[in-house]
Amino acid sequence: MHFDLADRYHDTDSRLHRLDPRVKVVTTIGFILSTALLPDGSWAAFGLSWLLLLWANHLARLGLDFTFRRSFLALPFALAAVSAIFSPLGTPLAEWRVAWLTLIPTDYGLMRFVSILLRSWLSVQAAILLVATTRFPDLIHAFEHLRMPAILASIVAFLYRYLFVLADEALRLLRAREARSAAAPGWRSGRSVAWRAKITGHMAGQLFLRSYERSDRIYHAMLARGYRGQLRTLHPHTMRAGDWVFIGVFLLWIGLIHLIGQL
Amino acid sequence: MPIMHPFPLPISADLKGEILVVRNLHFTYPDGNVALRGVSLKLNAGEKVALVGPNGAGKSTLMLHLNGILQGQGEIWVGGVPLIHSNLPYIRATVGLVFQNPDDQLFSPTVFEDVAFGPLHMGLPEEEVYARVEEALQAVQMSAYRERLSHHLSVGEKKRIAIATVLSMWPSLLVLDEPSAGLDPRARRHLIHLLRELSITMLVSTHDLSMVRQVFPRTIVMDEGRIVADGPTETILSDEALLEAHGLERVDC
Repeated sequence: MHFDLADRYHDTDSRLHRLDPRVKVVTTIGFILSTALLPDGSWAAFGLSWLLLLWANHLARLGLDFTFRRSFLALPFALAAVSAIFSPLGTPLAEWRVAWLTLIPTDYGLMRFVSILLRSWLSVQAAILLVATTRFPDLIHAFEHLRMPAILASIVAFLYRYLFVLADEALRLLRAREARSAAAPGWRSGRSVAWRAKITGHMAGQLFLRSYERSDRIYHAMLARGYRGQLRTLHPHTMRAGDWVFIGVFLLWIGLIHLIGQL
Repeated sequence: MPIMHPFPLPISADLKGEILVVRNLHFTYPDGNVALRGVSLKLNAGEKVALVGPNGAGKSTLMLHLNGILQGQGEIWVGGVPLIHSNLPYIRATVGLVFQNPDDQLFSPTVFEDVAFGPLHMGLPEEEVYARVEEALQAVQMSAYRERLSHHLSVGEKKRIAIATVLSMWPSLLVLDEPSAGLDPRARRHLIHLLRELSITMLVSTHDLSMVRQVFPRTIVMDEGRIVADGPTETILSDEALLEAHGLERVDC
């Protein structure tokens, strides 16, 4: 019995996979920042950013539409930007009456909305590509070596390791409940909603207690191997020529995007 | 493949003789549960000793003391050094403690990082850490698993890696808590083979008496926080009255 939380990592050997993870983290964050800073309605610059993404997709050898196909998971978040359509600036395009509300979409508002949509869509694709080409432990290392506070890095590392253990435990609890959720002939199975809620509450409590006790045992295992309050990591990453070339091309491209965006 | 364990610290003279001395150890858990009631034992270098007894006999509690994780009343000497707070780093490098549940023992994202954790926290230089990880993984025949993620391994694989995580610290005494629990017959056979091959002093708690017979020349029986018998495995495992009295069963193999 195993909870298989599909890892988002796609194992192939490509230029992008072989890059130093620090380079990938820095360029991804750089790309997201760059997209966020582009002015509204600079369509050419958005197009160029997308080309940059396509190039990275190509380097990753996952297929040109790889990130595009997976980017729809971010769609619901775009709903948060819907209110931008009804900006009081610009010329009204129509007038909608919904119950007691009067909504007036404007051309400026629409442009803003599409720009926000494009920005988040491009950023999500960059993040998807980062996670698909970098193993999770390498990602944590990269953040660590980029001076992210060690305590945060270890919390993420432990979370990743024990997420699976916790999910397995939850699965076992659920199966144990399932196995005993029977009904006597002629009787309805289960009882009131309140009763079911109580059972679920007990199960959540069980999970918490077990995790708490496990954390104690893990801490003991760390102590037994010489842990004295300071986590240490090795430094297995070194920058190679290819990494510098990638950064160079990336910076040039970002520069071009912003030049066009300001025109 | 047997591996060499040169001792990294200059106290090897004492380690030839009594590697572990426990005198009159008492321990009560904070909830009032008395776990150890005067345990005394000695281990000589090179001995392989089994620790048997029913659940709740105090085996795991005793093992947690050998590394200074629990501290009760009584005396513990490891390699001629008393177990006191200022000696803990030395003691923890000397006694390699492997916990029963490998999910508690393997807490890093990858196998490599887990095996490197001990040597890294001993303050060794990076090349030395790499060399020791290689050697430890080779000793448990798991070299191919270096980059694997711990949560994708089988129980048997996890147990072997768990042993490698302390072998990389070059301990003088290996302490294992129920290493064969939950293993399928093949994984168990591999483990027995591994324990026979490792030329290192070990104290192993277990319920697996047929493994005891195959690996350990000396057996200690614990019950209710006391040592009730200590002697050659053959003598103890053929004493039916003793086994019966302490919740164990005779095995013929």
